[in-house]
Amino acid sequence: MYELRQVDKHFPGVHALKAVDFKVNRHEIVGLVGENGAGKSTLMKVIYGAYQPDGGDITIDGTVVRFQNPRQAMNHGIGMVFQEQSLILNLTVMENIFLGYEQQFVKFGVIDWKAMAQAAKRQLAKVKLDIDPATTTSDLSFAQRQLVELAKVLTLEERIDGDLVILLDEPTSVLAKEEVELLFGLVRDLTKRASFIFVSHRMDEVLELSDRIYVMKDGAVVDVVAHDEAEVDAIQHKMVGREVDKEYYREQKQKPYDAGTVLVGFDKVSCGRRYSDISFDLHPGEVLCLVGTEGSGREAILRTIFGLDSPTAGTVTIKGEPVTRFAAQGGVSRGVGYIPRERKIEGIVAGMNVYENMTLSQMGNYSSGGVLKVGEEKSLARAWIERLGIKTPDVYKDCGGLSGGNQQKVVLAKWRSGGADIMLLDHPTRGLDIGAKEDVYEMIREMSDAGVGIILVADTLEEAIGLSHTILVIKDGAFQKRFDGTPGAKPTLYDLVHHMI
Amino acid sequence: MTDITAQTAPRARWLTRERIIKWAPLLVLIVLVLLFPFFEWLEDFRESKEHLYLADSRFFSIRNAARIAIASTPALMVAIGVTFIIIMGSIDLSMEGTVSVCAVIFAFAFIGWGGTLTSWAWLAIPLALLVGAVLGFINGLVHVRLKIPSFMASLAMGFVGTGFALLLTGGDRIRVEDDLFRSLLTVRWFNFPIMCYVALAMLLIAWFIQSRTTLGRNFYAVGGGEELAHASGLNVSRVRIMGFTLAGIFFAMGALLAVGRIGIAETATGNNFMFISITAVVVGGTALWGGIGGVWNTLVGVLIVNVINNGMVVIGLPSYVQDGVLGLLVIAAVVLSTDRKTVSFVK
Repeated sequence: MYELRQVDKHFPGVHALKAVDFKVNRHEIVGLVGENGAGKSTLMKVIYGAYQPDGGDITIDGTVVRFQNPRQAMNHGIGMVFQEQSLILNLTVMENIFLGYEQQFVKFGVIDWKAMAQAAKRQLAKVKLDIDPATTTSDLSFAQRQLVELAKVLTLEERIDGDLVILLDEPTSVLAKEEVELLFGLVRDLTKRASFIFVSHRMDEVLELSDRIYVMKDGAVVDVVAHDEAEVDAIQHKMVGREVDKEYYREQKQKPYDAGTVLVGFDKVSCGRRYSDISFDLHPGEVLCLVGTEGSGREAILRTIFGLDSPTAGTVTIKGEPVTRFAAQGGVSRGVGYIPRERKIEGIVAGMNVYENMTLSQMGNYSSGGVLKVGEEKSLARAWIERLGIKTPDVYKDCGGLSGGNQQKVVLAKWRSGGADIMLLDHPTRGLDIGAKEDVYEMIREMSDAGVGIILVADTLEEAIGLSHTILVIKDGAFQKRFDGTPGAKPTLYDLVHHMI
Repeated sequence: MTDITAQTAPRARWLTRERIIKWAPLLVLIVLVLLFPFFEWLEDFRESKEHLYLADSRFFSIRNAARIAIASTPALMVAIGVTFIIIMGSIDLSMEGTVSVCAVIFAFAFIGWGGTLTSWAWLAIPLALLVGAVLGFINGLVHVRLKIPSFMASLAMGFVGTGFALLLTGGDRIRVEDDLFRSLLTVRWFNFPIMCYVALAMLLIAWFIQSRTTLGRNFYAVGGGEELAHASGLNVSRVRIMGFTLAGIFFAMGALLAVGRIGIAETATGNNFMFISITAVVVGGTALWGGIGGVWNTLVGVLIVNVINNGMVVIGLPSYVQDGVLGLLVIAAVVLSTDRKTVSFVK
């Protein structure tokens, strides 16, 4: 019924979708799995009309269609239930359900709230949710909001002729076990009315719910398996099966670390609902990689070490001293450097130039009595521009105008020049081209030679395996397994994936 | 070293959007300075009077330049103060109240302690600056500790200030008639009164703070990326409070020059400073969302506003037209400096 044929999508520097064939039949639930960056979200955006494909056709019942925006896709019966819930929390449930389609209830320019409430009640009945449609959305639980969202999408049923295709993007990520069961029962029930595309990183759920499963890797569909033939192991192999280039990750430069000294010690540390009971030691020269899916608690661990989040239990020691007060200033003064994922937001200050960005965390070293020594700042910046090969016309260049890789180098220079010997890297290579990635790998090796302890949240599993001495697998905030990453005896992708999902 | 970097860096285009936006305010100022004499010339031309463009202009004369400069100085002080706050991405609307309180306390202390700068009354000057600092400090404290948005906290503090000034004066005007103090206005060096040089000195101090101190750098860091500033170990709350304190000192300086200019301190001394100073900062090219701009932009902005005010008087436009023109100018300035492609919704 709904079909993509040989769909291609390019972004600058990335071939995001490679000749993807995708088909949804009537009354069917189709699963979609793949690693982060495999192209799942791009494919979904093409399906619900947020992206237009560069090549290939989208057909509904054999007719070729082209969507300029999600609204056009909706008019063809394609609805999306977003992962990061798209309800407006200060509006009532019925206002949310009919957001943008209030016209049907308007009489003489005034909304007939009674009619809207009745109509909303009918939609809520479809998802078996018995609440007052005039409830403010923020008063609902996450599970209820998810159902309201589903009800909102199901209004398509009345609005358009023809079949519905509904995309569910990680719908279970905020739900408890029983709620997941409830949702699945409902979705199975609703297949009478619509077909579903179900995207999740929880393999067991995809297997349980889907009639057919599409496996994506590197922007291509590598396999389609039917429900009865599906096996977790086989699918996981297909998701990651790829040869790792040792040269690429500078594996030959990986040297053993100094196990006698502990830079960061985590002893049964928990932080609210983000992670619990995590223990590890970071040593000088060690690259320790935290591996897990999105939201598994990796970032929260980094934030705790830096002092942005306070743990609720356990002890954190940095260089032998237990940390009692958690604040970013403390982190900086203990020699911790943090390279966050959102470079533009948290990495560099756009509008400030290269040397101003480099000394931001260590202005005290470059000033006396509050007066800056600009000359020294500039010579510092020049030295690091040369050392890291930062491509900038001069030290006065606005950092917002540098390329991603060079911004990343400026951030690295900021922490390294300030004497940080514990580096927290959160997706340091995200959005960088291959050359810039290799530069970052080179820098990681160089830092570890210099005795810096590095905690890395890598962009891909290959990166994690290639770069690290130690790998900790974390799932839903809980420690799963520790792998040793000595060159020649590194774990395989499959070993990791097995514990991740 | 330079070899490596020079060959690989992309060549910068000369006429970039950034550069145009950076210099646009100055260009506007120059155009305005040449535009008003043109109107004068046009008028005389219609009446077939002899008029040499610029040379015979009443607007384009040293005497009028001094007049514009005198009108600009108190506003420049206030505008510099608020520039620091806007660079941080906040806003301070307390200037009218702060200026009134500082002016009134200064006048009372000045008269009470001798009434002339040669006596202990000179202490009234540091006292006024201290009062400004304290008011700014409270302002910052209310904003940061009580977590009230800066525009609301400062607006409320401004009203408190105006009320307090009225309480002190009971509605009276206090005359400050010391000749030495009034020499700020009366004594001229090279055609410009001393107050203009005082203002220039304060501008240079502000420039120094902006470009050469950790505090100034911190303002830009907080305005450019508060999250990042925090994640770099900056004490953002402290920076904010210090920013408001500094702004308070400059507001007090504005109060002193305003009293020096007219010789009177009263509750109404602070009137109009809010609109003039914020207009000047925005027209000068300092971005309202923070991180971009500086005190030189503010100087140009203050001059633009005052040149327009003065020029419209010279060519004989009524005052209600002047206010309208200034309002339009603010909108134009914000429109020009905003890249609307990147901003989809404005609250």
